[in-house]
Amino acid sequence: MTLSGRSVLRLSLLGLFGWLLQITAISNVTIFGVPADLIPLLVAFAGFIAGSTTGAVFGFSLGLLVDLPSFQTLGVNSLVFTAVGYGAGRIRELRDPAHGLAPVAVGAAATAIAAVGFALLQFLLGVKAPVSLLLLRDTLMIVLLNTLIALPVYAVMHRALASFLPDDPRRRRRRAYTTGGLSPLSRA
Amino acid sequence: MHDKAVRRRRAVLVVLVAASLILLTAYYGESSDGRLHSIQRGALGVLSPIQEGASRVFKPVRDLFGWFGDTIDAKDQRDEALEQRDEARAQIASMQQQLAEAKQRGELNQADQAGLSKYGPVDARIFVHSPSNWYQRVTINKGKSDGVSRGDPVINGAGLVGKVEETTGGSAIVTLITDQSFATSVVVGQQRFAGSITPAIGAPGDLLFTPVDATANVREGDFVYTAGTIDEEVESRYPPAVQVGTVSRIDFGEGDLDKRIHVKPAADFLRLDMLQVLTEPHADLEAK
Repeated sequence: MTLSGRSVLRLSLLGLFGWLLQITAISNVTIFGVPADLIPLLVAFAGFIAGSTTGAVFGFSLGLLVDLPSFQTLGVNSLVFTAVGYGAGRIRELRDPAHGLAPVAVGAAATAIAAVGFALLQFLLGVKAPVSLLLLRDTLMIVLLNTLIALPVYAVMHRALASFLPDDPRRRRRRAYTTGGLSPLSRA
Repeated sequence: MHDKAVRRRRAVLVVLVAASLILLTAYYGESSDGRLHSIQRGALGVLSPIQEGASRVFKPVRDLFGWFGDTIDAKDQRDEALEQRDEARAQIASMQQQLAEAKQRGELNQADQAGLSKYGPVDARIFVHSPSNWYQRVTINKGKSDGVSRGDPVINGAGLVGKVEETTGGSAIVTLITDQSFATSVVVGQQRFAGSITPAIGAPGDLLFTPVDATANVREGDFVYTAGTIDEEVESRYPPAVQVGTVSRIDFGEGDLDKRIHVKPAADFLRLDMLQVLTEPHADLEAK
């Protein structure tokens, strides 16, 4: 992705909007007792679309935004989401999965990694929490819910960031027609 | 060129991970009046109006999704409500007897009949729910300027909800009683068995009652109330006789000492909306 002032602004607005939506609407809507978690999806897709460096920076910033006003331990979410954003970006850079359902797998994996990473850090920080079946069930439910909403979230993020992606084949085709290039039909 | 990009990518990752670890270590090591906590208070002051505005904007979205969720949960809730109704009917009979006795005692002792109003309740609305199962916190729209201060107990119509963790001018963060940091002294049942209550860590929404007397004959369905201040030198954060929950299950281990008494909180934390902050929790002590 071409990093520019506009792309950074758009990513920041996406992060801010997603965070507000999460804390004011989505976290209130529970299915089987748990809400979906938009934040890991946003971070993973930022990395998946824009690359590992952007994903890591976006994850760090969004983690900080989550921790700051909610009086949680600063740095925990930043660390977890930095890893998630970087990892999702590396998957794109190394594998470049072209399958249409790849974002679903990335979203599910990102949510699971974020949940497990967050739990591990909490254990390291001294929270005395045994791994109960209830906690495990809640984590699995969040992964399941996030898997269900992964595709629409990816579509929104891809649409918002598409203009900054020079390698998008659809954009290349569209540019070719509008700048006087030959369409496949006229070439035939 | 490629090597340079790789080096830059790795450098960014290392810097971000190091920054996170430094933040984490510094935050964990400092007191609640430390610099990073002050930054958080500042951020809360700046972001809470935005959060409150967004909460109003997203209310229709919330209601729409809530409708779907409520429909899915409705059947379970109905069955649960029927069970609770039956339990409540049985308890009402014994409560009426207790009420008659309490009235007589009250007349004799000239006790204050004002209830919780003497504790200076301030109505508040929740505009942010905790996004994580690990931190059981909500943000309310009342703060220092409304008389709310750190440590004030928070209740709703059902009973005890939590305590104020942090305040700014117009908002406050409330830690719920299901948070890992909660603990207080309580009394249980008609015989007022004393003990303490803590959250069942790892089982969100469940509390555990530990009686002082391990042989206390606590039964399922017994009400759990805050004990209030028993010793004036160690003031309790919570006023007496605020309902915390109901004994929901007792797991018997090997003998009385191995008993685990589970308490279901009176407040429904998945559907919290309006709360009351008791800004003068020690009013009854001051009146003595």
